[in-house]
Amino acid sequence: MRVVAAMSGGVDSAVAAARMIDAGHEVVGVHLALAQSAATLRESARGCCTLEDAGDARRVADRLGIPFYVWDMAERFREDVVEDFVAEYAAGRTPNPCLRCNEKIKFAALLDKALALGFDAVATGHYAQVVEVPDAAAPGGVRRELHRAVDAAKDQSYVLGVLDAEQLAHSFFPLGDTTKPQIRQEAAERGFSVAKKPDSHDICFIADGDTRGWLADRLGSRPGPVVDPDGTVLGEHGGAHGYTVGQRRGLGLKVPPADGSKRYVVSTDTTTNTVVVGPEELLGVDLVAADHVRWCGPAPTGELRVGAQVRAHGQEHPATVQVESGGGSPDRLTVRLDERIRGVAPGQSVVLYDGTRVVGSGTIARAGRASGATVG
Amino acid sequence: MLTPTPVYLDHAATTPVLDEVVEVVVRTMRQVGNASSLHSPGREARRVVEESRERVAEALRVRPSEVIFTSGGTESDNIAVKGTYAARLAAGRDSGARRDRLVVSGVEHHAVLDSVEHLVRHQGARVTWVEPDADGVVTPQALAAAIEADGGPGTVALASVMWANNEVGTVQPVPELAAVAHEHDIPFHSDAVQALGQVPLDLSAVDLGVVTGHKIGGPLGVGVLTAGRDQSPVPLTHGGGQERQLRSGTLDTPGIAGLAEAVAHAAEHQASHARHLSVLRDALIEGALALDDGITVSGRWSPGDVTGRLPGNVHLRVADCEGDSLLYLLDAAGIACSTGSACQAGVPRPSHVLLAMGVPEAEARGALRLTLGHGSERADVDAFLAALPPALERARRAHAASRSRA
Repeated sequence: MRVVAAMSGGVDSAVAAARMIDAGHEVVGVHLALAQSAATLRESARGCCTLEDAGDARRVADRLGIPFYVWDMAERFREDVVEDFVAEYAAGRTPNPCLRCNEKIKFAALLDKALALGFDAVATGHYAQVVEVPDAAAPGGVRRELHRAVDAAKDQSYVLGVLDAEQLAHSFFPLGDTTKPQIRQEAAERGFSVAKKPDSHDICFIADGDTRGWLADRLGSRPGPVVDPDGTVLGEHGGAHGYTVGQRRGLGLKVPPADGSKRYVVSTDTTTNTVVVGPEELLGVDLVAADHVRWCGPAPTGELRVGAQVRAHGQEHPATVQVESGGGSPDRLTVRLDERIRGVAPGQSVVLYDGTRVVGSGTIARAGRASGATVG
Repeated sequence: MLTPTPVYLDHAATTPVLDEVVEVVVRTMRQVGNASSLHSPGREARRVVEESRERVAEALRVRPSEVIFTSGGTESDNIAVKGTYAARLAAGRDSGARRDRLVVSGVEHHAVLDSVEHLVRHQGARVTWVEPDADGVVTPQALAAAIEADGGPGTVALASVMWANNEVGTVQPVPELAAVAHEHDIPFHSDAVQALGQVPLDLSAVDLGVVTGHKIGGPLGVGVLTAGRDQSPVPLTHGGGQERQLRSGTLDTPGIAGLAEAVAHAAEHQASHARHLSVLRDALIEGALALDDGITVSGRWSPGDVTGRLPGNVHLRVADCEGDSLLYLLDAAGIACSTGSACQAGVPRPSHVLLAMGVPEAEARGALRLTLGHGSERADVDAFLAALPPALERARRAHAASRSRA
C-alpha cells in the first residue's frame, strides 16, 4: 500500500514510519505544520510545531530513505482545533483538543489529502491497535476494530475514540503491540537521533503549558463571584472560563471554610459568570449525558454495558449506556455509571470500551447524579 | 537514498557541475598553498587566484580589481547592501546629509530582502519599495519616482534591482535603471545570479554586481561580488584583509579556479545556450498551455524571446491547485521541479514576487517553476508534459479535499 507516515519529529512516529516500511509499504513521510508561526526553536518537546521538530522528522525520513514533505495545515488547525478550544472554554466546557485534532486534522484533512493524492492510508505513532475481524457485511469481508494498546501506561485509544469506521479503514497504528521502553530501544537500534527525545505532553499550541494564562489572553478578564452551593459569595474570580470542575488550586479564596475541609470547583456557569465551590463529596457523579457521538464501527442501538473513560489517562468505569438514535438527527448518549466518579466536566469526552475494543465516544454535555440535582 | 531523478528541471536552484570544472577543482585541490603566503607554494596558489580573477573580470566585463571572491550570492548581496548602506550613511553624515534610505525592488531574492529588513529593524534604515508591473518588470520611471519619494535623492544610500528574477524569469532593464540612479550619484546594486550564462551580462553598468558559481555548472559555495573601484562598502567579515579588505578569509583556491572555469564557460556559450534553452522553454510553455486546463504563464513571454525572459525559465500558475501537491506528484513521477518560492520550515508560502506582481494569494499557491540548464533536452520537456495531466488531476482532488470541511 501507499502510506503517508505522519511524522511529528518524535520517537514514536519515527518508529511507526520505519515499521511501515519494514511491512513492505511504500511510505512517504509528512510533517504537519500546525503552528501559525513555526519559526521557533524550542528545547522541550511539547508538541510538534517547531522548526526543530520538523528538522528531526526530516532527519529520520532521510535515514529511512523515504521522501519527506511538510504540509501546511495551520489554517485548518486554527479553525477546527484552536478556535474550537477557545470557544469551548468560553462556553464553560473543558475540551480535549487532541481528540478534535485527530477527528478533524490527522484523520480528516491529512487523510483526505493523502487519499486524493493517491495514497491508501495514514500511519501514526499513536499507541493503539487496529484489529481486523472477519465480517461478511463489511466491504472486503473484513471489519477493522480499534483496540487499546498493549502498553496500558501509554495507551492512546482514548484520543482516537472519535474515529469512525471509514477513518479506521485507512489508518495504521504500528506501535500498539509494543511498550514505550521497547519503542525507545528500537529507535536507538535503528540509529534515530530522536531515540532519547522527551515525550510530548500538554497542549501543543500552548507553548509554556499555562493554559489559563493563554486563555486569559484570548478571552480577557471577566471578574465574577465565587460562591458556595448556597449562593454565599466567598470571593472573586477572573473569568469562569478559567475554572474546571474538580479544580482545587488557584481559587484565591480569602474566607476559610467553616469546617476546615478542602474546597473544589463543583460547577461553573459562563452565562452568569459564576464559579461554585464546595466540598469533595459534591464532585461525585454517576449520570452523564453526551452528544457529538462518534462510533468506531457499526452504530449500536438501545442499551449496552461498557467501560467508560472520561479522561485521557483516566480509569475505566463500568457503566450502562442508553443510545438515543435520533433517526435523522445525531445520536445522544446517557451513561449511567455503576459508581460515582469525580472529575467529570462538560466538554470532556467519554470514550466507551467493550473489553479492549473502543466502541465510540461522545462529548459530555451534562453530568450529575441519578438520585439528585444536576451538577456541572 | 532517494530514487535517482532522471528529469531535472530545477536549474535555478542549482546545476550539475561541468566536467571541466570538476577537473580544475580536483587538480587545484591537490596543490598545497595559501594564496596569502609569500613562499613558492603560496605564490603558486596566488597565481591561480589572480588568473581566475582575470578570467572572471573579462567574462563579466569589469576590471580584475573589481572582482571580490565570496562564498556565493547570499554573501555578496549582504556585503553589497549592508556594507554600502553603512559606508554611505557614514559618508553622508560627514557631509551633513541623512542617507538612510534604501530603494529596492519588491521582487528581490531573500538575500537582498532580508538584508534590507535587517537594516530597517536593527540599524534605523528606511526603505522605499519599487513595485514591479504585472509582468514583474521594474521600470526606470518607477525607480525614478521611488528615488524622488520619501525625502528625495539626497537621502538614498543604495538602489537595488536584480538583473533577472529567480522565480518568474523576468529580465530587468538594468542599464537604464542604473542610469537613473547614477543621475543622482546613487550607487546601484544588481543581483545577477540567475542572469549569468542566459542573457548578455555587462556588470560594468552597475556599481555592485553579484554572481555565483553553482547556477552555471560551477562549484557550490563560491561566488563573486563585483564592486566598482570607487565603491568601498564597510566589510562584514574582518581578519586577514583579503579581497580589498572587503572579505577577509583564506581564499578558496580550488573553488575559485572552478568558478572561473564555469564563469568563462557561461559567458563564452551564452548566445548558443540561450537559443537552445529558449526552444525547450517555448515547447514546455506551449505544451502546458495546450492542455487548456487553467494554466497561466507568469511574467512576460513570447516565443523566441531570449532577452525579456530568461531562456531557461518557465513559471506556471495552476488554478485550484497547491504547488506543493504538484511538486510531490511530479517528484514521485521522477521529475524534479520547484514551486519557486522560499520555504519556512519546509512550508510553502505564497511567493512575495507573485504577490508584488498583483497575483491573488490563492492563485499564487498554485505556482510551479521549471528551469532548464545545460544538459536539458527535449526528452525532459516531453517527460514533464506527459506527467503533468495526471498530476494536475490528483492535485486538484487534494485541493478540493483539503478545502472541504468535515
